[in-house]
Amino acid sequence: MLSPNHHNDPHAQARPSGSVRVDLLVVAGMVEPGAKLLDVGCGDGELLRLLETRGVDGRGIELSREGVNECVAKGLAVIQGDADTDLVDYPDDAFDYVILSQTLQATRHPRVVLEHMLRIGRHAIVSFPNFGYWKVRLKLLFQGQMPRTKILPVSWYDTQNIHFCTIKDFQELCDVTGARMQKAVALDEWGRPLRLNAPWWFWNLFGEQAVFLLSRDERPRRE
Amino acid sequence: MAEATTLERTDRTRETDNPSSLVAHFGADKPLRLDAGVALAPFQIAYQTYGTLNADRSNAVLVLHALTGDQHVANVHPVTGKPGWWSETMIGPGLPIDTNRYFVICPNVIGGCMGSSGPASTNPATDRPWGLEFPVITIRDMVRSQAMLLDHLGIETLFSVAGGSMGGMQVLEWLASYPKRVFSALPIAAATRHSAQNIAFHEVGRQAVMADPEWRGGRYFAEGTDPRRGLAVARMGAHITYLSDAALHRKFGRRFQDRANPTFSFDADFQVESYLRYQGSSFVERFDANSYLYLTRAMDYFDIAADHNGVLGNAFKGIETRICVISFTSDWLFPTVESREIVHALNAAGARVSFAEIVTDKGHDAFLLDEPEFIAIVRGFLEGASRARGLTPATR
Repeated sequence: MLSPNHHNDPHAQARPSGSVRVDLLVVAGMVEPGAKLLDVGCGDGELLRLLETRGVDGRGIELSREGVNECVAKGLAVIQGDADTDLVDYPDDAFDYVILSQTLQATRHPRVVLEHMLRIGRHAIVSFPNFGYWKVRLKLLFQGQMPRTKILPVSWYDTQNIHFCTIKDFQELCDVTGARMQKAVALDEWGRPLRLNAPWWFWNLFGEQAVFLLSRDERPRRE
Repeated sequence: MAEATTLERTDRTRETDNPSSLVAHFGADKPLRLDAGVALAPFQIAYQTYGTLNADRSNAVLVLHALTGDQHVANVHPVTGKPGWWSETMIGPGLPIDTNRYFVICPNVIGGCMGSSGPASTNPATDRPWGLEFPVITIRDMVRSQAMLLDHLGIETLFSVAGGSMGGMQVLEWLASYPKRVFSALPIAAATRHSAQNIAFHEVGRQAVMADPEWRGGRYFAEGTDPRRGLAVARMGAHITYLSDAALHRKFGRRFQDRANPTFSFDADFQVESYLRYQGSSFVERFDANSYLYLTRAMDYFDIAADHNGVLGNAFKGIETRICVISFTSDWLFPTVESREIVHALNAAGARVSFAEIVTDKGHDAFLLDEPEFIAIVRGFLEGASRARGLTPATR
């Protein structure tokens, strides 16, 4: 009863059992110890658990009841809620970080969600699968079908992911929302970070997923 | 049969003044200041405890009962002989509220009839039962008296406070009135105010009691009468609201009671009728009719936001308590939407709140039943809180 339904899990990913998802480790690495944090779409609470060991005061929102109940049974502070409708209820500057890991593409209004994240938190951390990844491009080009990959294993008609984007697309969203990029990491298919000094087009082609640390500020720029 | 009934009633009425529980007496120097504007003194609180208070007095868990519950939460009930209302699933050695680790205190509410001062108690000024002379009490009065009980026991802060339904209302009032005294809290199947529909149900119940000619304006003790029929009808009506359509259908459907065909009479042909009649008649053996009026009234008056200039968030400002709100999908008395309002207000106040909704068809009463997911969540929440409190060594 408590097991998450991976069929409907927007961040369902293949991975060896017992290990922590690589993107979560990258996300966790961007969080200052002792910070107050909100994990939007926290799933089964893996990231919150990881951060709890680092003295982070973490809270979570999760859409699936199974995920919520599993988290609460683990002693995590998680409530059932929807990123699209519930972030509006949070006061400004309530958190140091608001995290959206592998969930952006499952929201109905990614722009509104990102704007709320930057309002509620001093920082926003967003991780997402890169739809500009070369394997995705090749599948669409040669098979002529919506790609299914290791981190996007669900068919288009079953997936909850409705707003795919590429790294380049996400940068555009950051521009539009006035988010300042403080850090960005692209991971290859083995979860290894790509060279930091690589150009954006390289990341957009070879990054299977990306993690961005953002803050609210004037004009966005790459560090 | 009649003899047995009389005996049980004697058991019940004996419990009101001299309960088979621990009793804390508060004299004229320690009045309970009621929301109604009067002071109640002297008064007493009957309570049960389980487990052992640790040396630094940090492991106390206050468990608060619902409308018709009482302090006998984890022991055999002295009147009914039945197990305590949370004894099989929630409170005991190795259970989520683990009596090997925590010191559990469960008081009878003020206005109740199992040993705390209430309308069935003897009014010390007249040496007769209070009846309707007893002042009208509120949920906040109950909680105020519980804080006095903790002072009496020398316990400054609670590790946790837990309760369902009216017990959950008291938990929420603890958070609003004494947030610093509560490390963690479990308001279950509750709301921050009683809805119009619930007030309406309560009014029907009260009218049933008061329509019984034996109620005699609340003076039935003096007049040697007993409004058991009215109270039983009130209980029958209320009991329906504790269940759900699905649960009633699953348990009884349209099945006949001990017969193959309808009798074409107003006998209890259907199992569900027989069940309700039994619920009504067994309830009156252990509950006082006037107490029922007072406690339903206390729930009706409950509205935390109204106590804080109409803004619920104000009630919980700056709260540091770890809170786990729980609701049940088929509960139509305290539906999930009301728990969400609690969560919303606590979130706005920056509280560390969890919220879980349990899927069940058992209705409001699910909080008293063996619902594995519910029990797992209470266990997990309390274990997390107890690690944070340093009551159990961290697992990592």
